[in-house]
Amino acid sequence: MIIPFLWMISTSFKSYGDSMQVPPDIIPKEWHPENYSKVFESVDFFKYYLNTIIVTVGRTLSQLLLCSLAAFAFARMKFPFKNVIFIAILSVLMVPPQVILIPNYAILAKLGWIDTFYALIVPGIFSAFGVFLLRQFFMGIPKELDEAAIIDGCSWWGIYWRVLLPNATPALIALGIFTALASWNDFLWPLIMTNSENMRVLSIGIASFQGQYSTNYPLLMAGALLSTIPMIILFIFLQKHLIAGISLSGVRK
Amino acid sequence: MGGFSTTIGKNKQNIVVVERKKKKLDKEAIIALLFIAPTFLGLLVFYMLPAIASFGLSFTSWDGITTPVFVGLENINTLLQDPTFQRSIINTIVFTIVSVPLSVVIATLVSLLLNQKIKGMVFYRTLYFLPVVTMPVAVGMVWKWLYNTEYGLINYILSVFHLPQPSWLFNPNIALFSVILVYVWMTVGNNVILLLAGLQGVSQSYYEAAQIDGASKLKQFFNITLPLITPTLFFVFITSMISSLQMFDLIFVMIGDNNALLDPLRTIVFGVYESGFKYSQMGIASAQAFLLFIAILAITIVQFIFQKKWVHYDS
Repeated sequence: MIIPFLWMISTSFKSYGDSMQVPPDIIPKEWHPENYSKVFESVDFFKYYLNTIIVTVGRTLSQLLLCSLAAFAFARMKFPFKNVIFIAILSVLMVPPQVILIPNYAILAKLGWIDTFYALIVPGIFSAFGVFLLRQFFMGIPKELDEAAIIDGCSWWGIYWRVLLPNATPALIALGIFTALASWNDFLWPLIMTNSENMRVLSIGIASFQGQYSTNYPLLMAGALLSTIPMIILFIFLQKHLIAGISLSGVRK
Repeated sequence: MGGFSTTIGKNKQNIVVVERKKKKLDKEAIIALLFIAPTFLGLLVFYMLPAIASFGLSFTSWDGITTPVFVGLENINTLLQDPTFQRSIINTIVFTIVSVPLSVVIATLVSLLLNQKIKGMVFYRTLYFLPVVTMPVAVGMVWKWLYNTEYGLINYILSVFHLPQPSWLFNPNIALFSVILVYVWMTVGNNVILLLAGLQGVSQSYYEAAQIDGASKLKQFFNITLPLITPTLFFVFITSMISSLQMFDLIFVMIGDNNALLDPLRTIVFGVYESGFKYSQMGIASAQAFLLFIAILAITIVQFIFQKKWVHYDS
């Protein structure tokens, strides 16, 4: 399971010559940590990082807010056509992202958003999956809590903000991780919606890196590791909540 | 006739109550709709309408710039007779049929191992989840390097044991399976996490009862654990299937988009990308995407029908 990672790390510290050696050294003969700084020198890796962080944070926070608001209404409030609207939202789950790629390209082109942050962020903040996941979780939170809050004169916003959200942390974290991961690792969408060097995200950055340095594996591996590390750290810190979040929401029924 | 006026009185009262209720309900409904509006409108603009548009575009010839021209079923006809598209269908099906059961079976076994209270569990779980959090592009690059015929680690290890050293990605007979192997490695952790969550929902009391009855571990697994996690297994199965039918980025990174070697690995989404964004044939690309959607929909529906035979929900 972990061998590819060890190999990735080992290669990333090798000199170009050592990486091409037969038989290969498992542990580098000489260490070349400067491969990592070379990644930043040879392409604008900082820019890619920054772009990816902006996109991921923007998408994740907005999605958590919008999805939880909608999920709250579906789980707790009464309004006409509730089921019809909910089913309409769920039907989005069925649509493969590739189906909407071309019309979305046309829409974003009309809006003049191609090759901007809007294209990378805005369509990604609406999620049927998120609404579904959070609704399932909210339904599991005792209704008495809301009722007590209503008696205390809480508004609907107050119930949402002060009662539901604090009690739904595991689910929010789970959805947050899923969204952040999907956004950070996304490839096809940014590949098509952006084209300038200035708007490149990490996934596209290291893929094009491969084109430029097709045989320089030490550099490629250093770049690949660098682009993955933030998500690994995120997962290590939040993994307990992730499992709790999933097991309490709809997946288990 | 005295009763008549009381009826009216009652009705009046009822109307007042209903109106008061309605007023309260209206306020609640308005707030609820405001809460839902952003997400709903966003999904409408960026998902529902595009899906409908995609359906429409698949009956047109469109270069992405000029006005689309209606061509009816021509795109679908062309595609169904196109050997390249046929190849992509077969590859996508083989990819899914091999990778999904493999990934689910391995994930089930691993999650059973990881669902124990032993030291260092966080470490082991992270280990299995590492490939999931890793960017698919990075995964593709590492494995391309591991598969390298001259300098790759895998063939070196095989050579130590005097085993044949295949050219993993460039031998058309095994290329697809080489990518499947990577895909399973990459996705197994995701399923492990979902199944772990399912396993943690199984009450310990079942096992205690089984132990009193003297049931073996294997019997406990088949009679308690497996039936109780079937809802999770079902979810894992469906989501794995949908995502493997949409295979794209791994292949793009491992083989590239301008290569004669691509044919043994070509998938349907690859065709969507190629027709739409390389050759600017948006109509054909939409038709491919739409056929894929129909296929996914059909498979999902079949699975939902079939689930009654094996999925047990608590009642």
